Amino acid sequence: MRVNLTVNGRPQEADDVWEGESLLYVLRERLGLPGSKNACEQGECGSCTVRLDGVPVCSCLVAAGQAEGRDVVTVEGLADFARQRDGGGCASGACGGTGLDEAKAWQAGGTDSQTGEGTGLSPIQQAFIDAGAVQCGFCTPGLLVAADEMLERNPTPSDADIREALSGNLCRCTGYEKIMDAVRLAAARQGGAV
Amino acid sequence: MDFLRPASWEEALAAKAEHPAAVPIAGGTDVMVEINFDHRRPEYLLDLTRIGDLYEWEVGEDSVRLGASVPYTRIMENLRTELPGLALASHTVASPQIRNRGGVGGNLGTASPAGDAHPALLAAGAEVEAESAARGTRLIPIDAFYTGVKRNALQPDELIRAVHVKKADGPQQFSKVGTRNAMVIAVCAFGLALHPHTRTVRTGIGSAAPTPVRATTAEEFLNAALEEGGFWDNGKIITPSVAKQFADLCSAACNPIDDVRGTASYRRHAVGVLARRTLTWTWESYRGTHRATEGAA
Repeated sequence: MRVNLTVNGRPQEADDVWEGESLLYVLRERLGLPGSKNACEQGECGSCTVRLDGVPVCSCLVAAGQAEGRDVVTVEGLADFARQRDGGGCASGACGGTGLDEAKAWQAGGTDSQTGEGTGLSPIQQAFIDAGAVQCGFCTPGLLVAADEMLERNPTPSDADIREALSGNLCRCTGYEKIMDAVRLAAARQGGAV
Repeated sequence: MDFLRPASWEEALAAKAEHPAAVPIAGGTDVMVEINFDHRRPEYLLDLTRIGDLYEWEVGEDSVRLGASVPYTRIMENLRTELPGLALASHTVASPQIRNRGGVGGNLGTASPAGDAHPALLAAGAEVEAESAARGTRLIPIDAFYTGVKRNALQPDELIRAVHVKKADGPQQFSKVGTRNAMVIAVCAFGLALHPHTRTVRTGIGSAAPTPVRATTAEEFLNAALEEGGFWDNGKIITPSVAKQFADLCSAACNPIDDVRGTASYRRHAVGVLARRTLTWTWESYRGTHRATEGAA
């Protein structure tokens, strides 16, 4: 079957999708977006976490057909997504045109909103790097998507809030302390404290 | 495999009537695991996520009509007052990602004895609203719903539309044993609801018998003991011997197995402990001592 969906703001079409296929498989194998990781395939590890119509879900447990017509944000689109949310762009298209300075500053190449190449980093990504929260990196995409969504909902999370929000994301390297540091750092930066 | 995508409830019922073997899929948190692991290759998948009605709930006079697909996250956020036991149980389901997708309809459809919603539904009192194109709607009492390991009272052409859960008329609790706080299938679980209006106590046991069950003998004992001692009126602390007897009878209501998550004897023991604790917590709350009842899962 064919599945049409929006991924990171761009309309996408996947063909020859098997009816029992997961959204994760479509993203990775059919749309060339390997950022979302495939590990447990049973919703235990959170490494495939994406936003589906804004809601964090395990993409391995979403049937491809269920994503028809839906809006998906993956880690590749996280920086753009965060930029638009923070007012650097307009997700809804309702805020009218590009400013002169912005238009002058535009240049071709170097960025790819699909793969995330060269698009810079979202605040949560930068915080993960600065806090040393990335080791092998396999759990990182899922943690970034989950942490970013929590900070959107809850700009001043307690440690308990962070632990709960990330309780569906397993990391076998870090012992989670650096990840906690990274999310605290991102929250503090978001609030203008650092 | 065919992917059926009904746009309305009527279309879904028609599809289920035409293809009784079709597997309904909503949150996908059970069905997709089975497909990913090649444990199941249904001929038809019946996607229910386009049917908006299933994501809505109505708070009525005596009960809440909870759409089958209302995610656990919504239950935790919006129905804590009306359905405190179910809200607590919802909070112990897996992880945020899973709670954003999964709902009570899936727990009922799968009918695993380990489903977290079951003890809360049994304790609160509930009816499952099932519907078929041929015979219309019927309400299945929760006590008659679970018929065997992963079996329920649904007919092949029926779908679960909603569950009607009695609004709490007293304190409720839910407690679950697992190796960590998140992402855990219950080793065993226990739900307890005080119903001061009828002066009764109801229970629900999870993961300690082939189906979710109530500890009816324990309930009858406790109802009689509370009545006899005038506890509902005098609000005294429940006598330790009464609490112990209640716990023992709850253990006796179990019919558990040994498996990777725990042994039968551990489950039986743990259910007794959970029974005594949840009784104490709810009773303290009933007595108005304002003891914190949240986060006790």
